Amino acid sequence: MKSYLPPEFIVERREDRCIRCLTCVRQCGFETHVYDAEENSLLSREELCVGCLRCVTLCPTRALTVRTNPSESRPNANWTREHLRDVCRQAESGGVILTGSGNDKPIRSYWDHLFLNASQVTNPSIDPLREPMELRTYLGRKPDALEPGEGRARESECPNVRIETPLLFSAMSFGAISLQAMQSLARAASEYGTLFNTGEGGLPAELVDYGKVAIVQCASGRFGVNWEYLNNSAIVEIKIGQGAKPGIGGHLPGEKVLAKVAETRMIPVGTDALSPAPQHDIYSIEDLSMLIYALKEATSYRKPISVKIAAVHNAAAIASGMVRAGADMIVIDGIRGGTGAAPKLIRDHVGIPIELALAAVDTRLREEGIRNWASLVAAGGFRSAADVIKAIALGADAVYLGTAALVAMGCTICQKCYTGICNWGICTNRPELAKRLNPDVAARRLVKLLRGWSLDIKEILGGMGVNAIESLRGNRLQLRGVGLEEWELRVLGVKGAGE
Amino acid sequence: MISNPNMDIDNLELETRNLKPPTARLARVDARGLDYRELNRRVDELLASGAGEIEIRGVHGQRYIASRVRRPVSFRIHGTPGNDLAAFSDGVRLEVFGDAQDGVGNTMNSGEIIIHGRAGDIVGMGMRGGRIFIRDEVGYRTAIHMKEYGEQRPVIVIGVMGQDFLGEYMAGGVVVILNLPPRNPKSFSRPPAFIGTGIHGGKIFFRGKLEPYQTGKEVGFDRPDEKEMEFLSGIIRDYSNYFGLNLAQVVPDDFIKLYPKHLRPYGRLYAY
Repeated sequence: MKSYLPPEFIVERREDRCIRCLTCVRQCGFETHVYDAEENSLLSREELCVGCLRCVTLCPTRALTVRTNPSESRPNANWTREHLRDVCRQAESGGVILTGSGNDKPIRSYWDHLFLNASQVTNPSIDPLREPMELRTYLGRKPDALEPGEGRARESECPNVRIETPLLFSAMSFGAISLQAMQSLARAASEYGTLFNTGEGGLPAELVDYGKVAIVQCASGRFGVNWEYLNNSAIVEIKIGQGAKPGIGGHLPGEKVLAKVAETRMIPVGTDALSPAPQHDIYSIEDLSMLIYALKEATSYRKPISVKIAAVHNAAAIASGMVRAGADMIVIDGIRGGTGAAPKLIRDHVGIPIELALAAVDTRLREEGIRNWASLVAAGGFRSAADVIKAIALGADAVYLGTAALVAMGCTICQKCYTGICNWGICTNRPELAKRLNPDVAARRLVKLLRGWSLDIKEILGGMGVNAIESLRGNRLQLRGVGLEEWELRVLGVKGAGE
Repeated sequence: MISNPNMDIDNLELETRNLKPPTARLARVDARGLDYRELNRRVDELLASGAGEIEIRGVHGQRYIASRVRRPVSFRIHGTPGNDLAAFSDGVRLEVFGDAQDGVGNTMNSGEIIIHGRAGDIVGMGMRGGRIFIRDEVGYRTAIHMKEYGEQRPVIVIGVMGQDFLGEYMAGGVVVILNLPPRNPKSFSRPPAFIGTGIHGGKIFFRGKLEPYQTGKEVGFDRPDEKEMEFLSGIIRDYSNYFGLNLAQVVPDDFIKLYPKHLRPYGRLYAY
């Protein structure tokens, strides 16, 4: 069937610059560029281009430009280009449209409507270049009270994990991302004093030494989960849901289950790795509690147990149940959270923004007097340290960075993660593509990102006149809203600017 | 507590006594009045002091028994252990002289569990290795998402019958349903439905006949081949030995094999 889909991108080649080095041909895993040796000419099959800019970035003479296809049908505010495209794709395939990365729709970003405070006259700001600023954070349950004279919580009652900055790398499983990408995340986490997350695909044998900086996931597929895996970790995380695809499971297609992935997931090569939508031993809060305590028993109460859910309408009530079920850390992943593969409709339309969910959860736990029972981690599309610091003011203990970490490694958010082809070597397990990502370089870039964002946070804290992130946590008086409705301010628990 | 009025616990114990490894050091725990945390801590202490066989009496619903034990220790449990018995366990040999509740062998890695009674829902969920023998019935979703890897190939044997969604999402391993007459005729009400829904690996051997409505649409049917017949003979022999029963009337010829029609049940769902 002839496809009616116009190319999404056009590739322009400046013939005066092209030296026929064929870098573009070799670099494109989607095989967009073709060289005709007879004519000594290069042709770009634009319908295959995904706009990842690998060729543009690596072209030594800057001969290439990739642009969104400027051809337009009659302008129509209702039938957007994307809607036309999607109808066409489904009419041609009869399937569910897959996508990768996070929601790309212009959903209101509450971060952009929240503004931070700073000291002027009445209390002095602090210069973080001269004075120590404390970003150190402890993840885990905190005791209700300390006995007089008791300096610190009893370790056995409340295992806590120390991180040097409130930035964690989010769950990205081996199989979805390459071993090189996971190794880069593990090394950066280890070097900077924070944690990475294995996702639900197990911990590759090569990374066993990074167990102490790993949050290991136990999800519905139970891939790679055994005693060693659970105990070689900093934190064990039960994955209930993910912001990019609330309510559904995961299908790692058989062709991505190569030998190494099969070994790590402990399944045969080439079989579909299906993660059922629910965990079939969890149909209620009571059942969740059963798995939390099963994991506590299996890890001899030495690890904090985290539970991750997608931000959905009743997140606050669910979170309260999770904390009461025994979770030491809860993670709320908002509608902008990324994914290796999800149905596009679900990614774009299911769930709620993290800002509202986070505020609602923190408020609820405070009202119920159980906020100290669990650390609260926010996830889903954090783009800068400004977003992070606002999340902390709304009540988060720390945030998960997924997409930002990928971008630091080279990702350009082309959203083709589900194809298993990634020209940047991140979201692929084809050896010839994966080897493009050098863990030495990628880990260094990640460490620099953590350092840069941590410095940003310190600067802003100093400007507010506080010298510890702890002083900002849940301090919503440091936020003011602009351009928000009454109900939005109420849910966020912040005043309007000028109030 | 679910109990089987026909069960004669003392006799069952006699039948299996000769299965004990002869040299293991036996330690005894009285579980009455202990919550699961204390009970499991007590077990840890006994293991640390060199016990090779542990007998727990008076078990009344304590959860997670043997869930962090990773050596070939023998457990004999009298009473009704609670949910997630031997969850995540690795190498334990565990006998229950009574019924078990939900989640027996959840995500179990290796070892053997023998239940001289019935078990609740999700027996062997996500199980990766080892064997579970259940003398009587089991609840819903047995062997859900059971898988296999390399040498690890889990086996669940059910003496009487399972309930709906047995083998759902099954990705590996073997389930054998002997379909023996129930000991307590009142303990079981209706035939299971939706067996093997979403199955994409492993096999289910069912003794007797199944109606079309009883299986998921992903299931194919066949007769066991010669090697599988041999495997089934071994399973029948082990089951008879473990539970002291004469099963001369049960022969591999009576079994049908249920297998996944496709290894990629959801392969054509998506537009790329």
